[in-house]
Amino acid sequence: MPGLGITLGRGGATTFQQDLRNADCILIQGSNMAEAHPVGFQWVMEAKARGATLIHVDPRYTRTSAMANLHVPIRVGSDIAFLGGLVRYVLENERYFKDYVVHYTNAANLLREDFQDTDELDGLFSGFVAEESKYDVTSWGYEGAGGPVPAAGHKELYSEPGAGAGAAHHARITDAPRDETLQHPRCVFQVMRRHFQRYTPEMVTQVCGVPEELFLKVAQALCENSGREHTSAFCYAVGWTQHSVGVQYIRTATILQLLLGNIGRPGGGILALRGHSSIQGSTDIPTLFNLLPGYLPMPTAAHHPNLDAYLKSHTSDSAWWSNFPKYVVSLLKAWFGDAATRENDFCFDHLPRLSGNHSHMQTVADMVDGRVKGYFVMGENPAVGSMNGAFQRKGLRQLDWLVVRDLTLIETAEFWRTAPEIQRGDVRPEDIRTEVFFFPAAAHTEKDGSFTNTQRLLQWHHMAVQPPGAARSELHFMLHLGRRLKRLYAGSREAKDRALMELTWDYPTHGPFEEPSAEAVLAEINGYTWADRQPVSGFTALKDDGTTACGCWIYSGAYADGVNQPARRKPGREQTWVASEWGWAWPANRRLLYNRASADPEGRPWSERKKYVWWDAGQRRWTGEDVPDFIVDRPPDYRPPRGATGVDTLRGDDPFIMQSDGKAWLFAPSGMVDGPLPTHYEPQESPVKNPLYGQQCNPTRLEWPRRGNPYHRAWSDPRFPFALTTYRLTEHHTAGGMSRWLSWLSELQPEQFCEVSPELAVERGLHNGGWATLRTARGDLECRVLVTERMKPLKLDGTWVHQVGIPYHWGVTGRIRGDGANELLPMVADANVDIQESKALTCDVVAGRHASRARAATGATQPALPEGTPQARRDSLQVGALSHVPAQEKKKDEEQ
Amino acid sequence: MSRKGFFTDSTVCIGCKACEVACKQWNQLPDDGFRFTGMSYDHTGALGSSTWRHVAFIERNEPLPGHVTGVGEFSWLMLSDVCKHCQRAGCLESCPTGAIVRTEFDTVYVQPDVCNGCGYCVVNCPFGVIDRREDDGRAWKCTLCYDRLGEDMTPACAKSCPTESIVYGDLEVLHARAEDRVQQLHDQGLVSAYLYGRDARSQPGTGGLNAFSLLVDRPEVYNLPPDPVVPTMKAKQAWSAVAVGALGMFAMAVGAVLMGREARP
Amino acid sequence: MGVLDLMLRWPVFRQLLRGDATALGDTAMSERSRTLEPRTARADRVVKSVCPYCAVGCGQDVYVKDGRLLDIEGDPDSPISRGRLCPKGAATFQLVTGTHRVHDVLYRRPGGTEWERIPLERAMDMVADRVKRTRDATWEETDVNGLTARRTLGIAHLGGATLDNEENYLIKKLFTALGIVQVENQARI
Repeated sequence: MPGLGITLGRGGATTFQQDLRNADCILIQGSNMAEAHPVGFQWVMEAKARGATLIHVDPRYTRTSAMANLHVPIRVGSDIAFLGGLVRYVLENERYFKDYVVHYTNAANLLREDFQDTDELDGLFSGFVAEESKYDVTSWGYEGAGGPVPAAGHKELYSEPGAGAGAAHHARITDAPRDETLQHPRCVFQVMRRHFQRYTPEMVTQVCGVPEELFLKVAQALCENSGREHTSAFCYAVGWTQHSVGVQYIRTATILQLLLGNIGRPGGGILALRGHSSIQGSTDIPTLFNLLPGYLPMPTAAHHPNLDAYLKSHTSDSAWWSNFPKYVVSLLKAWFGDAATRENDFCFDHLPRLSGNHSHMQTVADMVDGRVKGYFVMGENPAVGSMNGAFQRKGLRQLDWLVVRDLTLIETAEFWRTAPEIQRGDVRPEDIRTEVFFFPAAAHTEKDGSFTNTQRLLQWHHMAVQPPGAARSELHFMLHLGRRLKRLYAGSREAKDRALMELTWDYPTHGPFEEPSAEAVLAEINGYTWADRQPVSGFTALKDDGTTACGCWIYSGAYADGVNQPARRKPGREQTWVASEWGWAWPANRRLLYNRASADPEGRPWSERKKYVWWDAGQRRWTGEDVPDFIVDRPPDYRPPRGATGVDTLRGDDPFIMQSDGKAWLFAPSGMVDGPLPTHYEPQESPVKNPLYGQQCNPTRLEWPRRGNPYHRAWSDPRFPFALTTYRLTEHHTAGGMSRWLSWLSELQPEQFCEVSPELAVERGLHNGGWATLRTARGDLECRVLVTERMKPLKLDGTWVHQVGIPYHWGVTGRIRGDGANELLPMVADANVDIQESKALTCDVVAGRHASRARAATGATQPALPEGTPQARRDSLQVGALSHVPAQEKKKDEEQ
Repeated sequence: MSRKGFFTDSTVCIGCKACEVACKQWNQLPDDGFRFTGMSYDHTGALGSSTWRHVAFIERNEPLPGHVTGVGEFSWLMLSDVCKHCQRAGCLESCPTGAIVRTEFDTVYVQPDVCNGCGYCVVNCPFGVIDRREDDGRAWKCTLCYDRLGEDMTPACAKSCPTESIVYGDLEVLHARAEDRVQQLHDQGLVSAYLYGRDARSQPGTGGLNAFSLLVDRPEVYNLPPDPVVPTMKAKQAWSAVAVGALGMFAMAVGAVLMGREARP
Repeated sequence: MGVLDLMLRWPVFRQLLRGDATALGDTAMSERSRTLEPRTARADRVVKSVCPYCAVGCGQDVYVKDGRLLDIEGDPDSPISRGRLCPKGAATFQLVTGTHRVHDVLYRRPGGTEWERIPLERAMDMVADRVKRTRDATWEETDVNGLTARRTLGIAHLGGATLDNEENYLIKKLFTALGIVQVENQARI
């Protein structure tokens, strides 16, 4: 997540679940932790039992709220205004942790004179390039840094024009002036103070519908429970990420936690709660289009014709990312083996290049347009789980072939015979030309392998039994598919086939089905010396000369000493509370990231109560409860000599070693595509006009405007007057593939339902236990009704906003069935990460069963806006009409 | 063997229903059907022959001390309910076949190999816990994982409970823990907290419950009887009356014989 | 069987011997009840595992006998979960042993209205063939500007958040070598 990555250096959760027990206050927002992560929630309950204050900010009163000391209902899609209000409160009331902020963040850095903030530009920052709906970040830079400042957490952004791609961005960061009194009008601290000036308690009430009194309660609780003696923790989940400005939600929380001095300290931090057993792992070793393992960016056609250009564009002169070439060369060596030599750029040319957006939504749009012919879907169910389900299925219908691997016949496998448009007769199976292969998958009990959990912890699961029938692991499928393809291409002389032919693919297998050894794959991921095939001890042993191979540098150390570290299972009760010998956490088995910040600049614990990692002057080493997240023998008073480069540029009091300047970024001089500071924008579809700026929505959001994916009026659409949000229940899992087939789970939440307030029920004649029909421009659905006091209309500056909630677990196959919530959602996304906005949109709801089940994606149209309804612009008048279509490759001459 | 039981603390129940599923998993119980009830998040409804743990959800228009919410005067109570394993168990005392026994752990266990499905126990449970299964006719309820206790394994529901709302253990230990918890809640201002069925003194009609709970509202709110009385509690009284009656009849019979003799010419 | 054993099986005798006057205790215990043991006691091994649902990462103990699953429970050794599971985790046994699981490879031909069973090996051959054909037909050595691209946009992938790291690694490695760039997963969704 770049929200964390750009600000702190790494995109993973900064802390671990057990550490929540040390918190004095826990704020859960954008997460329904008790319901979605019940077992992790035990640590929240433990903190509460020790006297911690638990706050839940959420549109609904949920099972998490029921456990909270304070529950704050909030309008969906308004969290930045709420968190921004907290930032302002901390700044205006001088409640920030000054020593921490001055030394560990970029608060003191001076910004360039040409930087302009949203106050001046009605919701935009300086550098906005209207023709491309994107920013040139030059004006966001540090004064005197001599160019764009490299960001750590989302490195592919350098590929974007204006972010220094191809250009020398070797900023002289250590020379950049700082004002540690924080008084200079252009220092980050003062810029930030001005930026958040608008986010007053009154504005919070107006935007979020949160009464001032409740807002102040939250602000006070956080401030009272932060500082030298106290720490507060934040927990969030997709309630923050799934917005068209989602990354900035997380940025705001991170800024707040930095101001309060809560990062890198026990009981503090930001715990990103992931929803799948290895979702953290699937970004670390990414099945993502723009990344290679270990957050190395995919090369682009425009900027990376060769290895040298690629390395130049991504290697930082300072701090940890100066090691970039070691990780890249070791990866190429792991993949292309003997063929990878210094002379041939270690086969860098074997890598495909990007020239546009190839995220999931764009791929689906391309599929609909007939550009994608074959599709692999493994352990995922886009026909239910992805936004605008009918549009997803339309894409599937255009394919030549589809491979689905799952435990059971999920909706995606059966789209050609059970989909709503088939049942309605809009589409006939006979007319669908897609060839479909369904492969039964092995369950986790039927294969060896590791999951990476929400706290970056790799844990091994062992094979207990053989998979039934023809079921196999994905490891098996991939290995044997690769073997077959190597055979099919054997003897080819074409250049295009060399990457495959030279790919190292000789994993040992075992058992009756020739199951590959997962541990051998882990050994490759860990890395080894090329000459004698010995496992490396960790990423510090990796080289850029081809003498080491490593499949994922951040996982290096997971097979240190030839031992499967994720399989370590020393019982928790036989270890300290940190439990360093249970599994293995990236990086380098550090459990609490940035833990250098748990000590003061001189290396002493901030307080005895919050002691964690400190400088042992006698041993001349950092030591403590955890593996220090720092150069272990670098003393606190170390200052880089003039002309220092690489890791040597990190001072002894720079805790954020991935950051090019060693500091956490309150202000992001680069790395964010939608602004250096978080700004409140309304969701793509909102019940209200943006009260803060003329710019209604995120100016860099991604849209897929087409007939099959229509949007509502930007605000106050009379056809769709209510706010809608989607969510999970404890009793089900995602699109239902692992829960709606099980009787024990299905009986606990048997039918699709919506949750509405008694007030909305009266307004729309809805009855508890009865039926309702929900509508958007994309489609409609029927569900049962739960009328509950847990939903409450919110008062915003004189207008009432009703909110409707609906879980998204249901689909048309399985033991229990129902209409999928994602049939209602549009495709629209945050441009930083291409994540869709599924937590805030607008809808209509009427009593009874009136769903037509017609879909925009199959040609249905919605009634037009009533006559006389005025225009509602999503983009400021200043910038005119923008195109938000994701960047695709363009001919050079077209660009000019 | 020491006396075992459950202490269920409703104030830390997050309503996740792990107990319901862990119980079904261990005991391999069938589902109860797939019906949307409209009763908050409760769709299994009640304890029954195939649901031996049941989580009740109570949406209350009353605040809870120490709990502030912007939705108004409101709180959401949750409680995992289970067979109480009463000290005077109506099911056990009414079972004519000896199918229901008190185990060495002081728990009440239905032996499925002995039960003939007569159903006397069903009407004799003041909590409506024990229930006959439609398919095989036999009576079923929570076994307090009798099979696991012998191996010193924690009952499935208590083991899975994420927040220790369900605690299993020696009754004396549970009593102490529960009383501490009530005191702690009282100190925090939650003065309505109390123990339901802690002992014979507080619940004479059952002689106290081996599976007792901490509640914060009246029992009826949780769909529990406020003053449960095991029907067989009246058995002694009934048998005494029968004895007196029998004695009287005997006296009358003797008298009649004697009088008859006298009256004989 | 000795006389004493016989005597002990006589309920009234047991009742007298054990002072169980009401015959509500172990006097009434059947043979089954007296020899009752947890099914996990029969397991020939306990395999360490991790819950496959959310990312809390709860430890699981998988009990196996003769190559079949007996039970799946929380692992008390785990410092994260301490033996506890949520309803989904507690239902894992049903997830992996339930009748919903499909055991055969199924094939739906273009325009088809039914699934057909096909052998795994043949299906794998067919998929490899499709990959090669599509890749060769849609290969782009250069992009529209003549810059090196060496890729295919004709094939895409989605999935991975419940797969193992090792599996994702092979997916990314093979597909990248094939020039497939549209490799995506749930982390984006």
